[in-house]
Amino acid sequence: MSRRPEQSAVIRGIGASEVGRRLPRSELALTLDACLEALADAGLDRSEIDGIATFPGGGFDSPGLAGPGAQEVQAALGLAVNWSYGGPEGGQLGGFFSAVLAVASGLARHVLVYRTVGEASAQGDAGRSRAMSFQGTTIPGFRKWLAPFDAHSPATWIALHAARHMHEFGTTRDHLAAIALNNRANAARNPAAVYRTPLTLEDYYEARMISEPFGMLDCDVPCDGSVAFVVSHVDTADDGPHPSIGIEGIGWALRQRPLWHAGPDLTGMAASDAAAHLWERSDLRPADVDQVQLYDGFTFLPLVWLEALGFCGKGEAGAFVGDGSRIALDGELPLDTGGGQLSAGRLHGCGLLHEACVQLLDRGGERQAGRPAVVAVGVGGGPTAGALTLVRR
Amino acid sequence: MNARLVPEVGSDDAPFWESGADGVLRLQQCASCTRFQHPPAPRCHHCLSEDIAFTAVSGRGELYSVSVNHQSWLPGLEVPYAVVVVAPDEAPDLRLVSRMAGLVDPGAPPRIGDRVEVRFDEVDGVWLPLFVPAGAGA
Ligand SMILES: [Zn+2]
Repeated sequence: MSRRPEQSAVIRGIGASEVGRRLPRSELALTLDACLEALADAGLDRSEIDGIATFPGGGFDSPGLAGPGAQEVQAALGLAVNWSYGGPEGGQLGGFFSAVLAVASGLARHVLVYRTVGEASAQGDAGRSRAMSFQGTTIPGFRKWLAPFDAHSPATWIALHAARHMHEFGTTRDHLAAIALNNRANAARNPAAVYRTPLTLEDYYEARMISEPFGMLDCDVPCDGSVAFVVSHVDTADDGPHPSIGIEGIGWALRQRPLWHAGPDLTGMAASDAAAHLWERSDLRPADVDQVQLYDGFTFLPLVWLEALGFCGKGEAGAFVGDGSRIALDGELPLDTGGGQLSAGRLHGCGLLHEACVQLLDRGGERQAGRPAVVAVGVGGGPTAGALTLVRR
Repeated sequence: MNARLVPEVGSDDAPFWESGADGVLRLQQCASCTRFQHPPAPRCHHCLSEDIAFTAVSGRGELYSVSVNHQSWLPGLEVPYAVVVVAPDEAPDLRLVSRMAGLVDPGAPPRIGDRVEVRFDEVDGVWLPLFVPAGAGA
């Protein structure tokens, strides 16, 4: 039986730094913490690492979002590599997917992948407003079609999708609240999460409105932190101190115009392309998936991913989530088991990938949701997306 | 109203940003396949023809989506205001992100499906196409 390229790679080790609001450590220090933990978890010496990759490592104009570049981290760790990569395009999983392909192609055997953010420190007291530091200049790039009309934040950009979804399909703020409350309940069981105090529906509705239909508790929490992975060749999967995690399929397609609000249908996003690509490659089906780690930069996005991945029909995600019992830790499809970005911290998609590995390694402690065999991960919002299925080996 | 951020104007999109000087909205339309596109580009993304020009349109359309924004993202930015996605009458599948001129009346916020018309706001030689309720007058 022929093997898909991604099946030539496994995740052999994972690591995470401390994650929090304004930590007293540099982005590079946090990155090294996560990378060293991942190396130890993989049972590898740094001399065995022959590749390094990240996303984006530069090229982002939002303070604290880019993280240290691959060469900076390579130098700090004293690595000699045959392959390195960093880049702002290709979505939040672009660094990870590139590492998988490098291993599959034989360019490298053990690739260190990391994602670091320092948004909480970089934004300082001004919060996210600090990120909109364009005054006195003209606006270039894709933002020139948004910022002059005071669409300054992804909160507003994605709110325009959510509002249309609500209009067409009857999705409500109660459905969005179910995501916020679910993820906070999971974070309450995750000692590494940033916000762990349980939320009530009253808390949700009393929170300050940001950009309708999104209030404060519909938006994820900027943080400082880093996660890392060792992506290794499948031939070495059984050589580590614990089982490696299999990569069953990846979806990286971008078939619609990759522009914000290109439309004409704004009730979906690029997620539908990545999800379709994943199921075209995978031998699995949504019914085979035990739990999901879905991008929750805003509460609406897991709904987009549930529909894109086919766990429910188009427009049905609100009803699918319902009061949240179906997606709870003891439900039929646990979602964002570590608290997601809404409560555990905005590690820009890679925190969700890390949590998928935690669950497949049975390391979830109080938040462990059964003994999953298959976890689906969907990352991204708007015109970027990536999806994959991870399996217990 | 507020100190507006101004786009970087390039050769491909200058006619769009300068269109409002005579009070008329112009959108890029392909002479080969007749379809509109936004944002402007060197060629029609539907058929790749370079025979593409800016066509005057009515400036009227329908709100495809609305988000009333309550967060002041910039110093001096007055809230609440409505960011909108407009479906222009001449190109109903086109999506044009803009905002409603002025602030939102909490008792009568703009809603999806509302009829709107363009009203330009000139800043440093750029005419930003904002929108007002249809029939709101000058
Ligand atoms: Zn054409």
